[in-house]
Amino acid sequence: MEDTMALQNDLTPVVEMKGITKHFPGVTANNQVTLKLYPGEVLALLGENGAGKSSLMNVLVGLYRQDEGEILVRGTPAEIHSPKDAVQLGLGMVHQNFKLVETMTVAENVVLGLKHLDFIPSFSEICRRINTISRQYNLQVDPRAYIWQLGVGEQQRVEILKLIYRGADILILDEPTAVLTPQESGELSRIIAQMIDEGKSAIFITHKMEEIKRFSQRVQVLRKGETAAVLETSKTTPSELARLMVGREVLFRLEKKICCPGEPVLEVKNLCASNEAGRPSLQDLSFIIRAGEILGIAGVAGNGQRKLTEVITGLDRADSGKVVIQGKDMTNRTPLDLIQSGVSHIPPDRISMGIVGDMSVASNLVMKEYRSEPVVKRGIFNYKEVAKSAKEKIDAYNISTPSQNTEAKFLSGGNIQKIILAREIGACRGLLIASYPSRGLDVGAMEAVRLQLIDQRNIGNAVLLVSEDLEELITVADRIAVIYEGRIMGEVPAEKADIKIIGHMMAGASLKGAAQAAAEAELGEDGI
Amino acid sequence: MMLLVQSIIAITIRAGTSLVYATIGEIYTERTGVLNLGLEGMMLMGAVTAFAVAYHTGSLVLSLLVAMSMGLVLSAIHAFLCITMRANQVVSGLSITLFGTGMASFLGQRLGPAENSFYLVGLTSVRFNRIAVPFLSDIPILGALFNQDIMTYGMYILIPLAWFYMFKTKHGLNLRSVGESPHTADAMGISVTKTRYLFTIVGGMFVSLGGAHLSLSYTPGWTENITGGRGWIVIALVIFSMWNPARAIYGALLFGGINAIQFRLQIAGAAIPAPVLNMFPYLATIAVLVLVTWLESKGKKRLGAPAALAVSYMREDK
Repeated sequence: MEDTMALQNDLTPVVEMKGITKHFPGVTANNQVTLKLYPGEVLALLGENGAGKSSLMNVLVGLYRQDEGEILVRGTPAEIHSPKDAVQLGLGMVHQNFKLVETMTVAENVVLGLKHLDFIPSFSEICRRINTISRQYNLQVDPRAYIWQLGVGEQQRVEILKLIYRGADILILDEPTAVLTPQESGELSRIIAQMIDEGKSAIFITHKMEEIKRFSQRVQVLRKGETAAVLETSKTTPSELARLMVGREVLFRLEKKICCPGEPVLEVKNLCASNEAGRPSLQDLSFIIRAGEILGIAGVAGNGQRKLTEVITGLDRADSGKVVIQGKDMTNRTPLDLIQSGVSHIPPDRISMGIVGDMSVASNLVMKEYRSEPVVKRGIFNYKEVAKSAKEKIDAYNISTPSQNTEAKFLSGGNIQKIILAREIGACRGLLIASYPSRGLDVGAMEAVRLQLIDQRNIGNAVLLVSEDLEELITVADRIAVIYEGRIMGEVPAEKADIKIIGHMMAGASLKGAAQAAAEAELGEDGI
Repeated sequence: MMLLVQSIIAITIRAGTSLVYATIGEIYTERTGVLNLGLEGMMLMGAVTAFAVAYHTGSLVLSLLVAMSMGLVLSAIHAFLCITMRANQVVSGLSITLFGTGMASFLGQRLGPAENSFYLVGLTSVRFNRIAVPFLSDIPILGALFNQDIMTYGMYILIPLAWFYMFKTKHGLNLRSVGESPHTADAMGISVTKTRYLFTIVGGMFVSLGGAHLSLSYTPGWTENITGGRGWIVIALVIFSMWNPARAIYGALLFGGINAIQFRLQIAGAAIPAPVLNMFPYLATIAVLVLVTWLESKGKKRLGAPAALAVSYMREDK
């Protein structure tokens, strides 16, 4: 360790950020953060959502302007006022939300904004160069395809191609694996390794502990906008990192009673549905959830999860097949019918579907009770009852809000999610559907949400949990079904779930094929 | 019969010229993500100032320059309000139209000579005359295309140029990216603010040129509300052409053609009332919108409005 440290002390960092502070209205995203990136290394930047990883990197690439601090690139002070300056310094970033123009081709996106592009760009020449890079790095992309025709994995390849084409040698990757299958992210680590071999350096942003070892040599942990630690990856453990990240020990296992399923609550039979373009988004999908159990749906986002929950909750229509709830056929009924038959829904997008941001916390909390007494009497709100009901929920779910009359949009993501939970669980009479319920929440709120779901199961409700967080599925669900292109690839009991097998199924393998592939991969590793 | 067709074509093209200039101007503005509903006002200001300058100086070049500077000033105000101050683009555009309409009417009563009590109405000035292109204008029927004024010939050149610049050059690529995804453009080192300012102003100048064609050629002279709502027609034409300068000609021909046929039908004393005829171009626009939505729903193509149209951009917005 001393050797490497000494080596690094001799080297000039390619990037050095000194005392960076960045304020946003109401929050300090970064406070006196210092960061060093050495040539030929991958530095992992680890932290919870909202720890300030992305804003620190946005400062580095000129999208944000720091309030204090300075940046040195290859030892010389750099004034990075705009992304243009960053590009000229060889800094390139793959953003979490891809920076691609959907209506343009891959080639057009790759050369967009390039300074020394010809007045009339020759796209045949550009495509030729892209193909050369594609081959060199084994990055399969059709340069003439439009971005909107590509899946997220391919779009990410375009982003990486773009950086290479532009000659970036300092790469910043913001949670690049969030949208990838385990196999695709294996591919990504191969590409990054190849670029490092060529002398490039990279900063890898993530909040997943298991990726640190796979991708990085050193890791810098951010907590609440400040540096919590800088460590060598080989000298640390996931639990140490987790503690540094959240400032306390995290429970990776939740206490759960043994599952004792009762009558079927939700039966989905041969469900088919199609998207706006007429292409199938659900294909002959069937499963059953019984009272007192949690079925987890695993899969990469965009494989029909949203369609599935929306068909079950009446927000979208099925082309064929059946949705049976507590013995009654509820296929293609209205959302109100489904609410009245006992279905509650925690939607994937909590801001746009879960709450009305401009209405008060109290109004949001009673949104499912306004059809009945005591909140409403003869069609008129009884505000005393509204306040009473809201107060009960705010206390029970520990929602921190200045008052119940505060507009809901001013609350943090975690508290908004608690409002939704309080309302939906309060109205739940049999089936709770939760889509990505803990996405973007800090560890404390995440745990609270998960415990609530398990509570619902324990009191005899059926829960459908859609998530892309395998850790969450394994700890919370009783059974896990994997969805791929609108089909259920297979189902495994949660306590026996193998992340590798689930990963293969998420990429489209059947349960049998996935088990085989996982076994072969293991053999291969042993062989080496 | 041939003469009738030839004259309908001639009028169609002449009526369409002002529409093409304005449509191409607005397409460029909207392609960068700025919606400018101030067209009617800018066209009127272009028309009144062009005519006044032509009347007093006799210089057509000078009158076009003055008309363009009106477009420049008005669209610069719009750009400042929408891009820098991030005001609502619809509200700002409507204000420009209200202001331009009122101001043009006011100027029409102040810029005239003393002997006409300073009114511009009822005067005549130098104008763009038709210039027949030797040989080409003698071709039956299509000859009508080559017996036009110089602004129409300019339009023939403008359409392919505007298309080429937008779709084949790097600046065109950059400007389209600003209207589709300003976040991406910014991250790629393209200045969203500069691009939007530039093309809002350039677009405004072309819109005013369209207005100038009305008072210097199509209906020479100044009358109140000389545009007759053409500023609004152009909004529909931009949609009709799916934000493609090359297609601006079809819409312009459609509206121009309706004008021409209407004119002929009136002479012939036909039974179709003018307002009914006037409806057709708008119905065609709706039909195009439906068609486009349908095509997109089939997943075949992306044709619609620039994704960031009328959305203001600020870098640190989350």
